[in-house]
Amino acid sequence: MKQLNFVGLDVPSTEDLQNCVHCGFCLPSCPTYLATGHELESPRGRLHVIAGIKEGRIDANTKTLQHLDRCLQCRACETACPSAVPYGRIMEDARASIMANRNSIQPRSWFIRSFLLRNILGHQKRLRVAISLGRLYSRSGLQDLIRGPLKKILPMKLVRLENSLPSLRKKPFRKSGSLSSPNIALDKVALLTGCIHGELYPEMHSSTVEVLDYMQIEVVAPVDQVCCGALHIHAGDAEASRKLARQNIEIFESSGASKVLVNAAGCGSAMKEYGRLLRHDEDWRERAEVFSGKVEDILEFVVKHKFDYQLGKVSDVVTLQDACHLAHAQKEKVAPRTILSAIPGLELREMSTPDRCCGSAGIYSIVQPDLSTQVLSAKLEDVLSTDAGTVCTANPGCTLQLEAGLRRESSDMDVRHVIELLAKSVQAGRDKTDM
Amino acid sequence: MVRFFKRSRHKPEPLVRELIKVVGINQVLYTAEDLIGYEYDATIERAAPEVVVLPHTTDEISSVVKICRQYNRPIVPRGSGSGLSGGSVPIKGGVVVSLTRMNKILDINIENRYAVLQPGVINLQLQDRLATEGFTYAPDPSSQRICTLGGNVANNSGGPHTLAHGSTVNHILELEVVLPNGDIARLGSRVLDTPGPDIRGLFAGSEGTLGIITEITAQIIPLPQSLKTMLAVFDTVTSASEAVSSIIRRGVIPVALEMLDQEIIKIVEPRIQAGYPLDAGAVLLIEIEGIPDAVDADSELVKAACEASGASEIRVATSSEEREKLWEGRKAAIGAIGAAYPAFYLLDGVVPRTKLPQVMEDVLAVASSYGFKCANMFHAGDGNLHPTLMFDPQNEGVLDRVLECAGEIMRICVDSGGAITGEHGVGLEKTSYMEWIYSQDDLDAMENIREAFGPADVFNPCKILPNGHGCAVGHAAEINIAMGGNQTSADIYI
Ligand SMILES: Cc1cc2nc3c(=O)[nH]c(=O)nc-3n(C[C@H](O)[C@H](O)[C@H](O)COP(=O)(O)OP(=O)(O)OC[C@H]3O[C@@H](n4cnc5c(N)ncnc54)[C@H](O)[C@@H]3O)c2cc1C
Ligand code: SF4
Ligand code: SF4
Repeated sequence: MKQLNFVGLDVPSTEDLQNCVHCGFCLPSCPTYLATGHELESPRGRLHVIAGIKEGRIDANTKTLQHLDRCLQCRACETACPSAVPYGRIMEDARASIMANRNSIQPRSWFIRSFLLRNILGHQKRLRVAISLGRLYSRSGLQDLIRGPLKKILPMKLVRLENSLPSLRKKPFRKSGSLSSPNIALDKVALLTGCIHGELYPEMHSSTVEVLDYMQIEVVAPVDQVCCGALHIHAGDAEASRKLARQNIEIFESSGASKVLVNAAGCGSAMKEYGRLLRHDEDWRERAEVFSGKVEDILEFVVKHKFDYQLGKVSDVVTLQDACHLAHAQKEKVAPRTILSAIPGLELREMSTPDRCCGSAGIYSIVQPDLSTQVLSAKLEDVLSTDAGTVCTANPGCTLQLEAGLRRESSDMDVRHVIELLAKSVQAGRDKTDM
Repeated sequence: MVRFFKRSRHKPEPLVRELIKVVGINQVLYTAEDLIGYEYDATIERAAPEVVVLPHTTDEISSVVKICRQYNRPIVPRGSGSGLSGGSVPIKGGVVVSLTRMNKILDINIENRYAVLQPGVINLQLQDRLATEGFTYAPDPSSQRICTLGGNVANNSGGPHTLAHGSTVNHILELEVVLPNGDIARLGSRVLDTPGPDIRGLFAGSEGTLGIITEITAQIIPLPQSLKTMLAVFDTVTSASEAVSSIIRRGVIPVALEMLDQEIIKIVEPRIQAGYPLDAGAVLLIEIEGIPDAVDADSELVKAACEASGASEIRVATSSEEREKLWEGRKAAIGAIGAAYPAFYLLDGVVPRTKLPQVMEDVLAVASSYGFKCANMFHAGDGNLHPTLMFDPQNEGVLDRVLECAGEIMRICVDSGGAITGEHGVGLEKTSYMEWIYSQDDLDAMENIREAFGPADVFNPCKILPNGHGCAVGHAAEINIAMGGNQTSADIYI
């Protein structure tokens, strides 16, 4: 039997790994270490495993790989590390270079995961069919029945699984082409509408468009844009994400927009790293670099412009959950706070560790349900202790996870993207001037 | 085709089975894949244990110790593994007892000014919690973000604030420990005075060789009413070193008095933006605390002392952000070296404060005679040096020269009337230096103390005492050389 090993283009580099001095400073910011107290569920432990596999001292088998698998890829360790270890890309490289082995020797669960991601997220039509079934289920009343009277008699596992499903009552956001064209446009941007985002949380997109329109920014959503590939790269399927990246670069380039705006932090962070993703590809490397340079998170974009000239009052107490891929991957913690603080009537009440992962982490909550639940429980305690009316996020994945958690705790706290609150404030401002 | 992975059919050893019976399956690690996580600390030393136990209670630890004795396996306590001397590396195999899951703050008693802690509580976690009540725990190792209180006691750790407040030993009221025979003992008491010899004190700096610390009652103090953090900039290390003695001579004991030299400023500043001038020869980071009037008066004295020694600039932090930045540069210095160089060797020596100017000149001269860059960031007030040699491990034979150079630097410290470790402990790596500062009689006496608690090979064998004292492992330097070369991970070589 051939031994599993790091192979292919993406083998983690010695230079990256060498930066780790084993100081352990990253341990207290790692949610999985905090939940388990197990060294190998810590960034330092995982880096040690990766270095060991690379040196041939440690076998890459299901047991060692499990420790890599339990990583949320939240990159909090990257923020904490005084030695500038690029943990995120080391982990992505490690996963990719395991997946570059022949299918027959890949870990089974990794193979299945990639297979599903490739065949669903990469395919808009299939995805929409699946979601439409979900919507039917939500609207049929069956969901209410299961969440209500049937909850007690159904098996715990099923109830828990069902609870993690979003409620899909709203009409999806499937618009493309020109979304807003103000009379005098200050700038033209292209919006990533994403593969699943508009299906689950249409109001995040409509709010984004509303705010940009108010800021006199022309918005287009290029037709035929595809999934950003973030989940694929996290799962180690670098090839699939390279393919999606090339497609997106091509499509967005032809939109003629000066910026590519993203309102899902996970997607934005992946797209900002297209340059690195395609670094081995002579024909695409430079194009990808240029493209990545144009990608901005919606909140980052908003605060770079004047946005607070006509905001109306929104009376609420909110707390902010930093999206890991905004705070740690894109190093942006200020923008969401600047925006929330600018909204009249809104009180921002910080939780104690807003930049700790909620345990959603893409599909993590599905593949590592137990650890994800532990991480979520710690988060919920922190969120609920603020007694806020709304918890703000900057990523649909976090929203999904927090909604599920709050439902479990029977809390009526609302979960909203920061941009939705800003849109609310814009509306209130407009209503006031209209009067 | 997808193939199923074979499950490991490894049947646990009898020792493991017994341990599982006592603490439960989820608290015992014994597969090779799990054990590699416990083969290191923050040094280059590597040795995997045979079993790791992650207990939740003192009673569990007591049973674990008894079982290990029965099977004649050594026991190595482990906190967060941030140690800088190989202390928690199980060089003789055996059972690592990891205390990370015993991390509860059990009680905070403001009236009697103590906190009762499990050994896995993180130093900063305690400080943060106390701060909400207006209190603090004084010892603050630069690693406070991650090191455990148990590790702090075992290494008698110090930090920037050791100068005014003393090291960990000065802040421990009572300890609960599990002894080599598995008995649970309480040492010291929660009141300030205990009659008889201070056995509790022996555990400070015992580096896990006498027993496992399972509960700590630590003294807490109110946060200072007023605090001033200053940065004094000098052209040379020598003039900064002179300022250190001059400050103390004027009757001021700052709570912290730290030095960073040019080499380390060049590494830290671009990464952390702490606010250290890039063209400085050395800076002193000085902190004074107390009642507002005294702080003002002392800061004038400090200014005068620095100016007399030729400071080109003296800056007082005006906001808490500025203060935190100044400190961040100091606390993240070691990590920043890791980002800048593939490998480095960090030494830990103490010298009399008044000898600092001469010693620093000698240290830099020795380093440059070997062709190494040497960075210095250290607790200048206590004369606790951390000369750090930077090098590329890929260079042929470099490790030999690093160790030789380190030996010469240690010699300089010892010859000046100093010692071989200021705070990082002796551990595995500095055992052979012990003979430089202690006579055979001294070492025998230490071994007798160890044996008064139980056989020397029960807890953390081969640590602290050099060859011939209950251990046959060669000096760590030899291990280093044997390992040298093709490392993928950079390491702090001690
Ligand atoms: C970047 C960096 C900066 C540092 N700065 C400082 C500093 O300023 N000052 C300083 O003093 N140290 C410093 N250190 C060293 C280290 O952090 C301290 O020695 C710390 O006290 C070790 O704590 P730990 O929990 O990591 O212990 P470990 O490394 O796990 O163990 C250290 C020793 O303590 C023993 N031990 C641990 N827990 C127990 C227990 N419950 N009972 C009995 N024995 C036990 C172990 O067997 C071992 O011998 C630094 C380290 C790093 C990486
Ligand atoms: S990743 Fe960074 S913080 Fe963590 S152990 Fe390595 S060097 Fe230290
Ligand atoms: S990415 Fe997150 S979960 Fe993974 S090691 Fe870093 S802090 Fe831990």
